[in-house]
Amino acid sequence: MATTKLKRTSLYASGATPINMIQAAFYNEDCIVYDMEDSVPLAEKDSARLLIYNTVRYHRPANKYVMIRVNGLYSEFIEEDLEAAVRARPDAIRIPKVEYKEEAVRICQRITEIEKEAGLEPGKIEVWCNIESYLGMINAYEIATADPRIEALALGAEDFTASMKSTRTKAGLEIFYARNAILTACRQAGIEAIDAVFSDINDPEGLKEDTTLTRNLGFDGKTCVHPRQIDIVNSFFTPSAKEIKYALRVLEAVEEGKRLKKGAVTLDGSMIDKPMELRARTTLAQAEAAGVAIGGNLK
Amino acid sequence: MINAVGREIPEKIGSYVVKPYAGPMETIEADAPVVSKRKPSKRAVGENKLLPDLKAAILATGLKDGMTISFHHSFREGDKIIGQVLTVIRELGIKGLRFAPSAVVNIKNPSIVSFVKDGTINRIQASGIRGELGDAVVNGEVELAEPVILRPHGSRPHAIETGDLTIDVAFIGASAADDFGNCTGQIGPNACGALGYSFIDATSADKVVVITDNLVPYPCVPMSISQMYVDYVVKVDEIGDPAKIGAGATRMTKNPRDLLIAQRCADIMAASRLFKDGYSFQTGAGAIPVACTNFLADYTEQAGIQSSFTLGGMTGAIVDMHNRGLLRTMLCSQSFDAVAARAIAEDPNVLEIDNSMYANMFNKSCVLDKLNFGILGALEVDVDFNINILTGSSGEMMGGIGGGPDVADGADISIVTLPIVRGRIPSVVDKVFTCCTPGSSVAVVVTEAGIALNPKHRSYQMLKEDLDAAGIKTVTIESLRDLAYSMTGVPKPIETTDKITCIVEYRDGTVIDVIRQIKRD
Repeated sequence: MATTKLKRTSLYASGATPINMIQAAFYNEDCIVYDMEDSVPLAEKDSARLLIYNTVRYHRPANKYVMIRVNGLYSEFIEEDLEAAVRARPDAIRIPKVEYKEEAVRICQRITEIEKEAGLEPGKIEVWCNIESYLGMINAYEIATADPRIEALALGAEDFTASMKSTRTKAGLEIFYARNAILTACRQAGIEAIDAVFSDINDPEGLKEDTTLTRNLGFDGKTCVHPRQIDIVNSFFTPSAKEIKYALRVLEAVEEGKRLKKGAVTLDGSMIDKPMELRARTTLAQAEAAGVAIGGNLK
Repeated sequence: MINAVGREIPEKIGSYVVKPYAGPMETIEADAPVVSKRKPSKRAVGENKLLPDLKAAILATGLKDGMTISFHHSFREGDKIIGQVLTVIRELGIKGLRFAPSAVVNIKNPSIVSFVKDGTINRIQASGIRGELGDAVVNGEVELAEPVILRPHGSRPHAIETGDLTIDVAFIGASAADDFGNCTGQIGPNACGALGYSFIDATSADKVVVITDNLVPYPCVPMSISQMYVDYVVKVDEIGDPAKIGAGATRMTKNPRDLLIAQRCADIMAASRLFKDGYSFQTGAGAIPVACTNFLADYTEQAGIQSSFTLGGMTGAIVDMHNRGLLRTMLCSQSFDAVAARAIAEDPNVLEIDNSMYANMFNKSCVLDKLNFGILGALEVDVDFNINILTGSSGEMMGGIGGGPDVADGADISIVTLPIVRGRIPSVVDKVFTCCTPGSSVAVVVTEAGIALNPKHRSYQMLKEDLDAAGIKTVTIESLRDLAYSMTGVPKPIETTDKITCIVEYRDGTVIDVIRQIKRD
């Protein structure tokens, strides 16, 4: 499936820090996540909820995919969070620590109810499920297919490694399996897969190494822990001029083969197969979505 | 009357006759000979210039009620000279002095305000009076005989040379000096670097006192100020704390907003056709300028070129660029950190220059005339691109004019950097509270929310073409204002009385604005 909606980078902005909420709109992240959960102290849950509602409803940043992360499914805040989040009309609601299909179903049903109560178009708000435990990972495919609203699964590595009794490392071997499991589930479900954060904001080289793996595995994007990480991560998910040129040549060769009614098509001596064609189309779709000039007649 | 930036100003303020700012091309030419209070003075055989203490030196200068005294501000918030000298003057019972340092930063111990309240000081002229003193002035908490005159760095030497500001006694702090008065700020335990602000004081004051905490054997080398201008030398325990010069303003920031603004600023410079081998720039101190310097260095390296010179206040980031071979010459009138202070003494391509050479437009030329890119900070900018670097959102004195108006006017491309809001306060507004730099001299405003080009600036067409070619998007200044107001609301105007507390001069000596006393509840 060619990815055309950019979700290369997601940046959290805490509902407890209004200045960060303002500033987050000016960075280059594709997705902005207004957070009601971990970054908000218990005593400020209500004010953060109100602030996020008003920001998303009335001062929504232009050209961003806007999300709201609500508090946990079993927290005392979830009902009020969902009421405010749905009525604010974000692009998506991000649910933390989803472990079972039934949880995803329940949340999606509640969102539908609130949409109806508020007179909103049902089903328009998407849902991202954060997978943050081994249970969530094991049930990833069921969660991913629990409801048509579910647009993405996102790996939360810190909680995941805690649930596994693993040690979190920069190299990330301890989450390698989880990355692949979640990615496979997303591909099977036809939804987006978002990789975990790289926690050290003072290590750009480490981030590049980690994001190389993120991209090579096949993820569609990565959550950023700090604005300074955004441009680096974006660059890994934005096709280079060389990649675009190659993709164009692949598709031109495919078109030429069709025109000449050839069964097999080659480029630079190598056979072009369906996966190569699919990758070429994905590259061009990502480039187009990122606003990169493509050129040529084929997209 | 209304001046060329739309400010209402009386024709006369007390005895001060106002020459209104008339526009960028309307500078009043200076045609009188340069004046100086310096007199020929023969040292008597056996006369000892080195006096035992400040009291002896002040008595020797003949300082009397009503005279003018001056200082440099190279130690910034770490200065310990001004307080010591004023304390002795107070003890001597001398009153009604005109206090004319190059700038007053926020010196609290002792409080400068206390010297105004007891009448030791009754007039002030400087490039800025940031902090407690400035707030006391604009709030009407202290009575002065005349409004404070605030003027840019380049204008101060001009005012001295025209006789508008005559200095009776200049007190010059130096981190090393010999007993004949040869001195420098480059070496010693409390080095402050360049003494660029004091050159004009040394050559123009009636009496010159060098104050040091590091008396070195004759002759003092390096020799920033020569013995030929110095009347007396005094050794004190401590002249300043160099750790407080930059006060953190010279480190690489981690603030993502500031990094974004700095990156955009460097992008603009790198996109310009003036960014070629031999280009020149001035960035200065502060989070955004330091980050911008680092980004600019990387772009310069990538382009395989070298900058010919940088100018004004120096930081370690600029020295680093020089050490990487990306910058040939540093023309330094002020040092913002220890690395920059040391560099003058250690490297022949780091030159200590006179502040007048840097920025005085009435020299036969000043270095700013050769500057390609100048980066400026601001508290507020308005939709006419006018800049306020003095007063904050409730009228408090938050900054000094510094060299901003000089740099904006001199540079081919002047770039103002500021966040679109600070806390709940918009930075892009309809009309700045105090106009320090006319918008006509500002080419670009860079915020985290976008870049606005000034269509009335002389470099507009060139810059527009270059940014378009580089794919750098711009917005209107009005859209930045609207965005700021959408977040903060429109602030209520600051209420003032009719009393003028400060006169803000432009670099040509005309009056660009005044600051009236703030009404407080």
